[in-house]
Amino acid sequence: MKKSRFKQHSVLPGFKQTMFFTLAYLAIIVIIPLSGLFFHSADITPSEFWSAVSSERVVSSYKVTFGAAIIAALVNMVFGLILAWVLVRYKFPGKKIIDAMVDLPFALPTAVAGIALAALYAPDGWIGRYFIEYGIKISFTPIGIVIALIFVGLPFVVRTVQPVLEDLDPELEEAAASMGASRLQIFTKVLFPQILPAVITGFAMAFARALGEYGSVIFIAGNMPNVSEIVPLIIVIKLEQYDYAGATAIAVVLLLVSFLLLLVINLLQKWSMQRGAKI
Amino acid sequence: MRKGISALTTEPLIMRLFLVAVALAFVGVVIVLPIVIVFVEAFSKGWEAYIAGITNEDALVAIKLTLLVAVIAVPLNLVFGLAASWAIAKFEFKGKSLLVTFIDLPFSVPPVISGLIYVLLFGAHSWLGVWLMDHGVQILFAVPALVIATIFVTFPFVARELIPLMQEQGTEEEEAAVLLGASGFRTFYMVTLPNIKWALLYGVLLCNARAMGEFGAVSVVSGHIRGETNTLPLHVEILYNEYNFAAAFAVASILTVLGLVTLIAKRIIERKTKAFEG
Repeated sequence: MKKSRFKQHSVLPGFKQTMFFTLAYLAIIVIIPLSGLFFHSADITPSEFWSAVSSERVVSSYKVTFGAAIIAALVNMVFGLILAWVLVRYKFPGKKIIDAMVDLPFALPTAVAGIALAALYAPDGWIGRYFIEYGIKISFTPIGIVIALIFVGLPFVVRTVQPVLEDLDPELEEAAASMGASRLQIFTKVLFPQILPAVITGFAMAFARALGEYGSVIFIAGNMPNVSEIVPLIIVIKLEQYDYAGATAIAVVLLLVSFLLLLVINLLQKWSMQRGAKI
Repeated sequence: MRKGISALTTEPLIMRLFLVAVALAFVGVVIVLPIVIVFVEAFSKGWEAYIAGITNEDALVAIKLTLLVAVIAVPLNLVFGLAASWAIAKFEFKGKSLLVTFIDLPFSVPPVISGLIYVLLFGAHSWLGVWLMDHGVQILFAVPALVIATIFVTFPFVARELIPLMQEQGTEEEEAAVLLGASGFRTFYMVTLPNIKWALLYGVLLCNARAMGEFGAVSVVSGHIRGETNTLPLHVEILYNEYNFAAAFAVASILTVLGLVTLIAKRIIERKTKAFEG
């Protein structure tokens, strides 16, 4: 009996039913609404589209969003690496609690994080008051945006690097050490090349998440046009002004960048796995 | 476990202490302080103000609405997660990795855009929106839109926990059950489900935490009608913007407890699965 080659034969039942449900649900919830965004953008004339995505206020929101997302992802890369290192290699009291806390940004609603951070870094807040003495304002400035993005991006680097560190073969290190390499040499020449793909993957994930983040940012950002407005906020503002064409055009730009990053992350993960397989 | 941590392959004590101190300080400032301040601010005006903040009429409506949205969205995504992981993990077919990519797609869509796509779909600009309006069906700026946007943002959670696990477990046990004459449902219930129950629970917990806490997507489709379309996170925003900080943090503290409970449950489940494996 030779049927279509689409699916290999199996004695298990239920393929047709579960596959049909999966595809139907996926189409209704995800594919149709998402493609609607691109259909709607096709209704906009190219000049309208261009003026919507390139006005001064929108361009400065790209700069704010990209700048803050890159700085936050870099901070998370450095501290995430240290955190992962400490959690895998050292023993200290409270380690399990710290390990569990790392996931909190995944579990805490973004609006809660937003108001908590805004309060902490306000000029009279627990942390903000120490900076205001030196004339540095954090809440309601672009620095506040970076703070919020550090919070939401924290778990990514830790959780991508941690498993790679755990799987490292100690023999390589021992060999290098017995041949007289210093600790710093071992780290830079033996360990770091092995964890580099994971570090970059975590960085890219934190960056991608930061680009689209909304809830935790808007409370602390101050949302001043041309200064501290992020791209998702511009979309919301356009919607509130019933400028659907403008909102759609900017959303298309943001979504295309997000999907491009998704592709990059998938390639990075493949690279990371090949690395792991070789060593 | 790492074997053989010798003096050769670790750092000097002072370096280790320094790195641990940096890590603790970072987690303390970035994660612990925001949680602490939620509770301190929530109780800043005393117990009575706290109770009043979470039991006034608008807050109760927001709690009910949040529960309603989660009660609809989570089971639907649970059923989807089970169906998708059965089809993907237990059978071999073409285009599988593409399908998995599509299932994960909502995680890469910024929350605001997750709301916007439904505004475009159900709004006055689309033929569907016009048709619905003519038939007196209100989806946008009402509960149905809140539910659909929440389903979208929590779409992959259950499926992505189950698919890798079920692929790893293979199909031999299920095949044996079917060949011995068990029905499909019986096979699933007696063979597959016991193997995946902890991952399933974990996926449901994450799905639920996000469903109750989602802000951006829900904010765009809700229309912010007080006492009608405000979920808990949206209620927090309104109170905060009205400078009613104690009440905003009181409501936020409920969501914080939800997040902390999710984390603790995650740890317990991880311990259970480890015990299960070895």
